[in-house]
Amino acid sequence: MPRFFFWMAEVMSKKIDAELVKKVAKLSRLELTETEVAEFANQLSAILDYVEKMEQLDTTDVQPLAHCLPISNCLRDDCAKPSLGTEKILENAPDTDGDFFKVPKILD
Amino acid sequence: MENLEYKIIVGLEIHVQLLTKSKMFCSCAISFGERANSRVCPVCVGMPGSLPVMNKKAVELSALAGMALNCKIAKFTKWDRKSYYYPDLPKNYQISQYDLPLAAAGFIEIPLENGQTKTIRITRAHLEEDAGKNLHTTGNFSQVDLNRAGTPLLEIVTEPDLSSAAEVRSLAVELQRIVRYLGVSEADMQKGHMRFEPNVNLHITKDGKEYKTPIAEIKNLNSFRAIERSVDYEVQRQLDEFSRTGITMETGNKTTRGWDDDAGKTVLQREKEEANDYRYFPDPDLVPVEFTDSWLAEIRAGLCEMPIKRQLRFVNEYDLSDYDAGVLTAERTTADFFEEAVKSGGQSKRVCNLLTQVGLKMANEANCSAAELGITAENLAKLAKMADGGQISATAAKTIMEKMTQTADEPKVIAEQLNLIQKNDTAELEVIVEKILAENAKAVEDVKSGGKKSKAAKGFLLGQVMQKTKGRANPKVVAEILERKL
Amino acid sequence: MDCNCKKLRDDIAAGRIKSAEAVEAVFDTIEKNDSKIGSYISTFKEQAIANSKQLDEKISTGKSAGILAGTPIAIKDNMCTTFGATSCASKMLENFHAPYNATVVEKLISAGAIIIGKTNMDEFAMGSSTENSALLKTVNPWNTQCVPGGSSGGSAAAVAAGMCSAALGSDTGGSIRQPASFCGVVGLKPTYGRVSRFGLVAFGSSLDQIGPITQNVTDAALMMNVIAGHDPADSTSVDEKTAPVCDCLEKIDEPIGNLKIAVVPQFNTGADGDVQKAINEAIEVYKKMGAEIVEIDMPHLEYSVAVYYIVATAEASGNLARYDGVHYGHRAEDIENYIDVYCKSRAAGFGKEVKRRIMLGTYALSSGYYDAYYLKALKVRNLIRGDFLRAFEKCDCVLIPTCPTTAFKFGEKMDDPLKMYLSDVYTIAANLAGVPAISIPCGFDGNDLPIGLQLMAPAFGEDKLLRIARMFESKTDWHKRRPPII
Ligand SMILES: [Zn+2]
Repeated sequence: MPRFFFWMAEVMSKKIDAELVKKVAKLSRLELTETEVAEFANQLSAILDYVEKMEQLDTTDVQPLAHCLPISNCLRDDCAKPSLGTEKILENAPDTDGDFFKVPKILD
Repeated sequence: MENLEYKIIVGLEIHVQLLTKSKMFCSCAISFGERANSRVCPVCVGMPGSLPVMNKKAVELSALAGMALNCKIAKFTKWDRKSYYYPDLPKNYQISQYDLPLAAAGFIEIPLENGQTKTIRITRAHLEEDAGKNLHTTGNFSQVDLNRAGTPLLEIVTEPDLSSAAEVRSLAVELQRIVRYLGVSEADMQKGHMRFEPNVNLHITKDGKEYKTPIAEIKNLNSFRAIERSVDYEVQRQLDEFSRTGITMETGNKTTRGWDDDAGKTVLQREKEEANDYRYFPDPDLVPVEFTDSWLAEIRAGLCEMPIKRQLRFVNEYDLSDYDAGVLTAERTTADFFEEAVKSGGQSKRVCNLLTQVGLKMANEANCSAAELGITAENLAKLAKMADGGQISATAAKTIMEKMTQTADEPKVIAEQLNLIQKNDTAELEVIVEKILAENAKAVEDVKSGGKKSKAAKGFLLGQVMQKTKGRANPKVVAEILERKL
Repeated sequence: MDCNCKKLRDDIAAGRIKSAEAVEAVFDTIEKNDSKIGSYISTFKEQAIANSKQLDEKISTGKSAGILAGTPIAIKDNMCTTFGATSCASKMLENFHAPYNATVVEKLISAGAIIIGKTNMDEFAMGSSTENSALLKTVNPWNTQCVPGGSSGGSAAAVAAGMCSAALGSDTGGSIRQPASFCGVVGLKPTYGRVSRFGLVAFGSSLDQIGPITQNVTDAALMMNVIAGHDPADSTSVDEKTAPVCDCLEKIDEPIGNLKIAVVPQFNTGADGDVQKAINEAIEVYKKMGAEIVEIDMPHLEYSVAVYYIVATAEASGNLARYDGVHYGHRAEDIENYIDVYCKSRAAGFGKEVKRRIMLGTYALSSGYYDAYYLKALKVRNLIRGDFLRAFEKCDCVLIPTCPTTAFKFGEKMDDPLKMYLSDVYTIAANLAGVPAISIPCGFDGNDLPIGLQLMAPAFGEDKLLRIARMFESKTDWHKRRPPII
């Protein structure tokens, strides 16, 4: 097979292309360089190819299992306790304005 | 502009802040107006390693509200994370309920202007945590206050069954009454305890074809008046827009519009080109909620007669006007207080008048409910009886009731202390009347001459008697005597 | 000085050794060797010595000093402490100072442990070699050309090199057991829900567990006695009624009669020759002690890696959303608007593997892909758990290698994330099924690198699991070998 077809095959098997990587990066609030975009497109596609082996299993009648715990209703009584306080909570803040966290102007 | 035939379609998304002492998933106290970022802890700031633990009361209040809204309460419900990035959302996901809401498939009955009621279907009601607040400064930055972050909210979604601004308002008022009745929420709209977001659009018929205008979601409504005005405005705006552009749901996008109360109009905030991808998934930090029958029964015991039913019953059972019944049933404690006083022997209309004309005014001034004025239902009944029996005048009843808020003395004792017992003794009053008649020959003549002056003169003589008795004579009795003597 | 936990504790409690001496000796070793090994991100020498002196005083007055009485303990740098930073080996949290202690830290302190430092790890516990630390390089004490394993590589290396008596690690897909195996020490991942996660910086919340890394099985049992138990601050920690905490130490030296051990044909191939040989020899050791070896089919285990890299990354994408440069953590400098705060701070604060996993998890949860990836993974997870439930009907524990290979060289798998992920193939299943699993030394390969034997038991069966592990340890000397570096 000529080299061209190898290349085609590779492109066509890709689960995730650069555009999708960029979309997911936007959802994830991650600024990626073009190099990273290309790298992630390849790596994530390879991982997803592997992950798709799950499809071999018939799970029609299987319940999804989000947790292995035998418990429910972990409840707390409605009692108020002292909070941390403004000073303590702002100690780790990258930027503050008085008693507030500070961020560049939020535009709706 | 052409005259279009149209139907108004409104569904509501409602957020009700639950009346708990502490937040939904941490022990910080519920905050209103405290120093910024003072009611926060690692959990509600979403600090690394912190974990949420459910507030039992919030779960119970939600189930109770669900029951009152005739919903099915899920036996098994769970928590999901709703992901979006915003500075007032510290974890950048909100803990909410997605596919298994706590309550679903209910309805609420709302009163209509014509005296009938309408049933509005409730799609679902689920529990979630509130976000903090972003404050926009005049500078080139914003401030973030997380005091509100993590406050428990019940989100109620209705079907688009509402077809006028008045209906939307009516539902809002009714829901406020219900949640206050149950102690589910303080439901103060100004404080943001109840936030209504109407989704409005129109079904327009033109040339035999139906057109649906794009849905607009209205935000920033913090009074009942604003709700009604904003929907009215939006209907007109959408009509205009359709006439001008012909844009429909298929060709236009759903928008979010903010209500500007001063300008009296809605302003475009955001146009949703694609649905937000919230990436809901089960929150692995929390375990499911399972309602056992006994727990549900325990919660159900907190239910009571719903205000709309109670209002109707008050009209029928106590022979009150719809208006008075509405005033009395607006608050559960007032309605309870009223019924207790009636049970203690007070005549219903008299008790109603005392409460609506005197009690509620005082309560309003004292910033409490009428039941919290310090007057017992028994004493209120006794007061009503005295007024009914003519032992005191209506004015005296008001004075006595005011005094009753300060002392535990019975109304009779107060009336005696203040010398407010009416003179009903005919013999005694006759003597006084004779004396007045003798002193006012001119007026007596006017009465006897009949005609226009007669009525005024009668009134004058009655007034003289009342003055002489310092207002303690029973005016009914005096009038009778006067009639006889003249 | 032999610094293993139980012996040192007994010596200190009996007054044979002073805690301060032990702590100082450990710091001598750290100062001598850690520049080569790189176990610790931070150490607290002054505080540790001061605390140990206080304890010595307490002991000298005859007071009980707790069951870890003065022993020097290390914790992984993803557990919150009010002293020092809690960095998760990330630039994002390099300067983050937690305002609270993790529950396990509180428990260690009240048991008399002296916390001497916080150990290196893969950034946010994402990795299998500790090469993903943004702050420090840790080498394998047995061969400095090789990785210590990960993500709790710093803890495992510190224990192997005698730079603490015992350490805590966290295990989401093998992060305690795999480095324990690579470094020739004992590592226990408890049942999900047995140890509080409060204060553990989350990676995959439904999989994460804190557990001990120790020089021997007895020490692991001792550590479990300290850290296990219900925590009301962690909704996923199991209450006493559902699963009472057992004393793991009490019967640690009592062998279990009629022991039935399962081997899994699916995992009989795939491991390196030396590893497989060591495992087979271990099976023989158990046979000699009278254990019955049964072969059990666990057909879904081979899907573990696939399921894991969807479930863990999906949860991680949510858990790591909070690191946004708004409320704490790294904020990028070249910010123009508030969206930049997110995108640029996260781009600069996170390393490549963290970004890769956030991307993968976000993708798996995003609309259009949720069912095919995330939901499917949860269903297969249920099948994997079913394999374990069925297996434990027929045996006391399952025996497989901890890893298919011994410690690999630096850089060997860094270019191919999938290859790195596949090295977790034996450890992941226990996390998905929530069952306890332990890795104990069982031999060395041709390059004198340690090999680990993994035993997995039914949920909440830590006491029995530790006894089974102790049976092997009591008949072998592998755990007594120390790396050449010390
Ligand atoms: Zn809080």
